[in-house]
Amino acid sequence: MSMSDSLLRIEDLRTVFRSSNGDIAAVDGVTLEVPRGKTLGIVGESGCGKSMLSLSIMGLVPRPGRIAQGRVLLEEQDLASLSPAGMRAVRGAEIAMIFQEPMTSLNPVHSIGDQLTEAMRAHDAKASKAELKERAIEALRRVRIPSPERRFSEYPHQLSGGMRQRVMIAMALSCKPRLLIADEPTTALDVTVQAQILDLLRDLQAETGMSVILITHDLGVVAEMADEVAVMYAGRVVERGTAKDIFEDPQHPYTIGLLGSIPRIEEDRDRLLSIDGSVPPPFAFPKGCRFNPRCPFAIRACTEIDPPLRELSPGHRAACIRAPVELALDIAA
Amino acid sequence: MKEPALLEAIGVAKHYPVKKGLLFARQVGAVRAVDGVSFALHRGETLALVGESGCGKSTTARLVMRLIEPSSGDVIFKGENVTNVGGAKLRALRRHLQIVFQDPYASLNPRLTVADAIAEPMTVHGIGDAASRRERVQELLRLTGLRPFHADRYPHEFSGGQRQRIGIARALAVEPEVVVCDEPVSALDVSIQAQVVNLLGDLQQRLGLSYLFIAHDLAVVKHVADRVAVMYLGRIVEVAAKHELFSNPRHPYTRALLAAIPRPDPSRRGSVTPLGGDLPSPLAVPPGCRFHTRCPVAQAKCKELDPPLREIAPGHTAACHFAEDLPRFNAEADGGVAPVAQLRLAAYAAARAARAPAVVPAG
Repeated sequence: MSMSDSLLRIEDLRTVFRSSNGDIAAVDGVTLEVPRGKTLGIVGESGCGKSMLSLSIMGLVPRPGRIAQGRVLLEEQDLASLSPAGMRAVRGAEIAMIFQEPMTSLNPVHSIGDQLTEAMRAHDAKASKAELKERAIEALRRVRIPSPERRFSEYPHQLSGGMRQRVMIAMALSCKPRLLIADEPTTALDVTVQAQILDLLRDLQAETGMSVILITHDLGVVAEMADEVAVMYAGRVVERGTAKDIFEDPQHPYTIGLLGSIPRIEEDRDRLLSIDGSVPPPFAFPKGCRFNPRCPFAIRACTEIDPPLRELSPGHRAACIRAPVELALDIAA
Repeated sequence: MKEPALLEAIGVAKHYPVKKGLLFARQVGAVRAVDGVSFALHRGETLALVGESGCGKSTTARLVMRLIEPSSGDVIFKGENVTNVGGAKLRALRRHLQIVFQDPYASLNPRLTVADAIAEPMTVHGIGDAASRRERVQELLRLTGLRPFHADRYPHEFSGGQRQRIGIARALAVEPEVVVCDEPVSALDVSIQAQVVNLLGDLQQRLGLSYLFIAHDLAVVKHVADRVAVMYLGRIVEVAAKHELFSNPRHPYTRALLAAIPRPDPSRRGSVTPLGGDLPSPLAVPPGCRFHTRCPVAQAKCKELDPPLREIAPGHTAACHFAEDLPRFNAEADGGVAPVAQLRLAAYAAARAARAPAVVPAG
């Protein structure tokens, strides 16, 4: 991907937490581009650093964490070097975020309308009350909430989970951001509601031309939504490519193991392929390749060399010295 | 199936009264959480109860375990009506019916060691002495893929997958015949989820267990169940053998559920079809067929007549007036893994098998 095609570039980002044993890196040297008008899916299991990566982009890393290294370039502007006030102007207006829990992201004691107009007023102090109300109702209509005038004065508990997530999306998009970060936006929802929300996100992206970073553990959702995919493991990106690359030509053993672990509707195996062991915590990352203790293809070199991302086909990179494994193992394709 | 069912529910219902007023509270309605559910669980099989939140699947499981009291209906265990048993008899029943909960973080007492947590059901049921229980704990740890030294540790020292193994060991401690698995893998990461799904399968084979498997994820169900019952708004709307349910679903809701699952295959993008509308409140269940408000094929009849669950083929029941008239639908058709990916998956499985003896699979 050429540089001009991307809206956001993350360069060698490192987000650390201080501890008595030195800095612990939750995000450790991540480089990524978010293509303009497209969706980048970031996949990984709990503890891989995907949520901390999104908070780093938003400038919302909780204390005592901090960005220790790297740049977050939105067009030409480095967000990582902005002051808190400068970042506040970017958040909401340029980059917005929606979270997993629509139940806890809304304030239960304020009406939907108050919460929507509050977000709008923060970025437009001049607008009149009536104007804001009109805009808020329009925002609710855009996310296909039925009878938005009535919903405007209702409270979060009166809405279903799917409706609440729609309100969150309306709020996030109210200032027309160029980038939407969606962190597990449908994980807490039922599958039929999830399908509605994914459908909505796709339509809104087509309407507005915004870029989306979709963070999820669900490979089905990624395959459905993402143009580009980054697979994260233990604070690093271990594989990047188009959705087709990742699902049809997986190169990193972790990606292969993940694809084997998902139960598929069209199949019926006696046993699922699983990945042995579990994700190590950031203070106990193994030496060499961080996946080596769980990797069935690991050789001695994997315990010594920390493999960089290398390009295996145009735009498709994996951080594994054994990839492609059929060559390493001498299996005929 | 010729053999009588191991566990049976007949028209089981649970209605929660809704009251208004402070002093002279009067009932103004009822939440029909479970509204007349019948099913049979046979020895050695896995029956999955699937549905979305609020459909009553967990309440149904708790009703047949007698953890909550049904408003009406009967629960039959091994041919005996146990709907109203109490005291020692109920305790004896509970020994045969154990449960594994969804959240491995909330379901273990943080102040009990793993050994104490696993041994507790044996103490409650007066099984064995201290020494034999200790031995049994070790056996259960081995059985569930944990290590002997884990016995003296506390829950916070374990990952989610390991905690779920502890929960399973605890449920198995009293040698139950039926294990209710209430969303046992939905709180776990995919790779860990696969470990636990595989473990449950192994245990069933070794111990001849029967599972009532509560789940919302049809893909997981596809890999664990023998038969599947789909629930909607407090009722079972379709029951069939697994393969039949996925390749020839006959209830529009089952179809909607299957069509909503995003597949891990970018070449099938866009094939997901969302179901319109919201789930009605169990406080105000629609008249007629309860799915008619969202059903894409509903007709006038559906608004008035509540369709009974009826047999449309041997072993296949559906509660829809038009079950036979629906066009073909097969969720198992096509898709699957691309050739290169398939090759790598096979290489992964082979490499993993080759080094398996050295690795203890515990998460």
